[in-house]
Parts: sequence; structure tokens; C-alpha cells
Amino acid sequence: MGVELFGVSVYVVNPALTFGLLGVLALLVLGTIAAFVLPVVQPGKWTDLGPRMRSWWIIAILVGGALLLGWQATAILFALISFLALKEFLTLAPTRKEDRLIVLLAYISVFVNYGLIFADYLFEDSYQVYLVFIPVYGFLIAAAAMAWIGRTDGYLATVGIVHWGTIVCVYNIGYIAFLMRTPDAEAPAGAAGLVFFLLFITQLNDVAQYCWGKAFGRTKITPKVSPNKTWEGAIGGWLTTALAFYFLAPYFTPLSPLHAAIMGVVVPIAGFFGDITMSAIKRDLGVKDTSRLIPGHGGVLDRLDSLTFAAPIYFHLLAYFAIERF
Amino acid sequence: MLQAIRRYGLMLVVRPVARLLFSLDVIGADKLPAHGPAIVAANHNSHVDTIVLLCLFPSKQLAKLRPVAAADHFDKGGLGSWFSRNIIGIIPIKRGAASRHEDVLAGAKEALARGEILVVFPEGSRGEPEEMTRFKTGVARLVEFCPEAPVTPVYLQGAGRSLPKDAKLLVPFNTTAVVGDPLTWTGSHHGFVEELRACIEALKAQAPPLRWE
Repeated sequence: MGVELFGVSVYVVNPALTFGLLGVLALLVLGTIAAFVLPVVQPGKWTDLGPRMRSWWIIAILVGGALLLGWQATAILFALISFLALKEFLTLAPTRKEDRLIVLLAYISVFVNYGLIFADYLFEDSYQVYLVFIPVYGFLIAAAAMAWIGRTDGYLATVGIVHWGTIVCVYNIGYIAFLMRTPDAEAPAGAAGLVFFLLFITQLNDVAQYCWGKAFGRTKITPKVSPNKTWEGAIGGWLTTALAFYFLAPYFTPLSPLHAAIMGVVVPIAGFFGDITMSAIKRDLGVKDTSRLIPGHGGVLDRLDSLTFAAPIYFHLLAYFAIERF
Repeated sequence: MLQAIRRYGLMLVVRPVARLLFSLDVIGADKLPAHGPAIVAANHNSHVDTIVLLCLFPSKQLAKLRPVAAADHFDKGGLGSWFSRNIIGIIPIKRGAASRHEDVLAGAKEALARGEILVVFPEGSRGEPEEMTRFKTGVARLVEFCPEAPVTPVYLQGAGRSLPKDAKLLVPFNTTAVVGDPLTWTGSHHGFVEELRACIEALKAQAPPLRWE
């Protein structure tokens, strides 16, 4: 956000966004202090916290930095995140020896998907193309290319897996980056504020569910898929997040109170289902984490799970209720 | 100078790129040898294996790391040869056509005597992707020559998928390395390589399931 001040263009970060980023910084500092203190107080119990906090710092600096730099940097960062998530997915999911080329095509779809965010001069409205590229054309190209390669055993299962992976890791996550192209005038804290709010709300939902579950959790909600999750945790987290959404929405979004209430109710539910869907996949594949890339956290896909569902729904509801651009 | 290029090249270029393309997941990194003389033995499916193994070690140990590689493939002369010898740091070894009186392992033995860490692939060749073939006895002869060198078994998974033998195209997949407890010389060539092979085979159970047929 550039502002003219005495004839000089000054870069000013919106107060709500500044406040949000400073809040994240405060949480990081608190967590880091905890990572130094807790292992001394209770030896052997908090060994994971140090690497976990180091990774959080890196995540916060990368994402926060990209949001401040603008939509181009955000698109590049999320393209990289999508590539890493897709690679984790296709490494663990069953594929056949003949499918190496298809996997390469899936990686190329990351470039095209995120390239569309930049493709202003190519299409009248590249968002329209974005909407159909992976769901329709990704589907057709994967199906046709795999039929062309010619191995029929396992065809249907593999073509489904490849398309599933690109939708979840590339198309759904890409919405986060495309949201950055909202004109800054359309939201009280600019496009970066909208993206920050989405990331904040989904992370808050995860944390709130965990805390409510630890404090009051009794009744398992998905005993087969994710045995640590409870009704008490899910409902407590949902209410906490919905309230936070409702009260913070005026600072970050152009939503009316009614629309903020609706989104506050819906977005955390989407996050919850993203989370258990990824858990179901990991159980099916026989792994606990999707990789070991992020020390203390697991893989990129482990960190993204709620967002894979929350991002497109947050985007679509915002677009429907308030944003003129989309 | 060359050592500095090698070390910083690995640290600043090769390792970040490899992490991006292959994730380089490792289980049991603390079991890797901290000093030489030592031998690290792994199954072999791809050229990427060597990169994965080199990246497992902290960069200050790089100066001591020496992958043992086939001379007919990596030491054919020219720029490739220079790169293999000076940057990757290979010890070339003759396969097949070596004469009876020549000790093909001489270079590797000298490296052990200098206190270096050898990286060996006892299968001798990459073979079919993600399948292990029988082990040659060279590694047993090396540890017989230098019994104070522990042999650390490593199971590598995934590189054969990224770049199988004869493939022209690299397709990134994540790799996992599982490091086992070191073995010492048992007194029998065939017994030793069999034990080593069984060890690496057993490490496979700790890696994520590989579904690729």
C-alpha cells in the first residue's frame, strides 16, 4: 500500500495487518521462551518444542514477508508450497512405473495454475480460466495422457489419485494466492489482510480444538480416522473460532455482520473436515506424517491439511458476499 | 581452494536444491559415523543416491567423505572426470576388466588409511529401480583391511523412482534414508556381506511404505 507523503511514495502497512503481524510475533516470542524454559522445568517432556518453534519462525517469516511484498511474492511462495505438498502426496500414494511422465505433468500443472494468477495480458479475466483449469482440463489431460501411455491395470485408481492430488495440493491452495489479487480498496486491511485473516482463523481453529480437547475432551468424534479428536474439542474450537471470526471480521474483511456470522460458522467446519480428510488419507497410506521436511511438524501437507478445505470455501463465500473482483 | 568450493557448493547449492526436489528425509541420522576411518554402505538404485548420502552429513565432514564409484562410468576423462573426482570427491574403482594382479581396491584402502569416510554401494550397480540385488564382497575386503572402520548400513528409498537407470528425465519424488547400527568385521567375506545385506533389508521396515509397481 503506497501513500504519497510530501511528494514521496511511502510504503504503509495497514494498522489491522500491522497489529495482526505483531500479534504473531508476540506469540512466536512467547513460544520461544517456553521452548527454553519448559524443558528445564520438566526435563524430557518438551523435546519437540525447540525444533517446532524454529520451524514456526521460518514459516512466519516466509509467509509474513511474502504478504508484505505483495501478490507476486505470495504467488511464488504458495506455488513452491503446492509443489512440495503435491510431491509428498505423489510419493506416498500408489503410482505405477509408467506414471513418471504423468507425475511430471502434475508438477507442471503447478506452474500453469499459479501462472494464471499472473496472466492478466493473456486472458480478459484469468480468474475464469483458473476456475476450470485443474478441475476440468487437468482431469481431461491426466485421463487422456494415461490412456495414451497404455497400461490398463490400475488405470482408474491412478488417474483418480493424480487428479485428487492436484485438486487438493495445487488448485485449493492456489486460492490463497489468488485472493491476494483482490484490489486493496475492496478490503479494510487490503488483500494481504484477507489472506492473513484466513491463515490466522484456520490456525486458531486447530489450536482452539486442541486446547478444548485437552481440557474437556471425552467423547471421540472420529474414532477410526483421528482418535485424538473429541466432540468437546471440535465444538469448543468451532465456537471459539466463530466468535473470533465475527468480532475480527470488520478489521480485515468487507463483510456485513450477517455475512461475517455465516462465514464464522462455515469456515471452521471446512477446516475441521480438511483436517480429518488428510488424516483418513494418511491412515489409508499407512504413514503418520507426509514427510520430515519441517522439523517438529512433519510434512508440508501435514501443516496444510485444514487449509486445503478452508481456503476455497473462504474465497468463494467472500467473493459471493462482498468482493467485486471475483 | 577446491575443498572450499566443494564444501560451500554442497552447503549452499546442492543441499538446498536436493531438499527441494527430494526432501531428504532421514531416520537415525545420529548413527552416522562422526569421524573416519569408517564405511557407509547403502543399497543402490540411482545416481541420486550419492547426492542423498552426501547431503546426510554435516558440511564440515564433507572433506572426509569419499564415494567409491565405477571408473568406467564416472572416470572417463574430461570435465566429467574432473567434476567427479574433485567436487563429488569420488574414488574411482575399476569394474570387470581389471587384471588379476592389480588391487582394484588400492585407492579405497589408501583413503581408509588416511582416516576418511568411504561411501560404498555393495550391489556394484544400480540395477532395477527400488529392488536390491546380491552384494559383492569388496566392502568385506575393505573392512578386513581396516577392521577398526565400522560399517554403517543405510537403506535408501525413492531415488530409483526419481532417476532410474537409463532414464533421461528426472522426476522429483521424496527420498527416505534409514540409518542402522554399525557392523564390525566378522572374519568371513560372504558372511559379512550377507549380514550387511540382511541389515539393510531389515531397515526397510522403518521407511514409509513404497507403493510403486
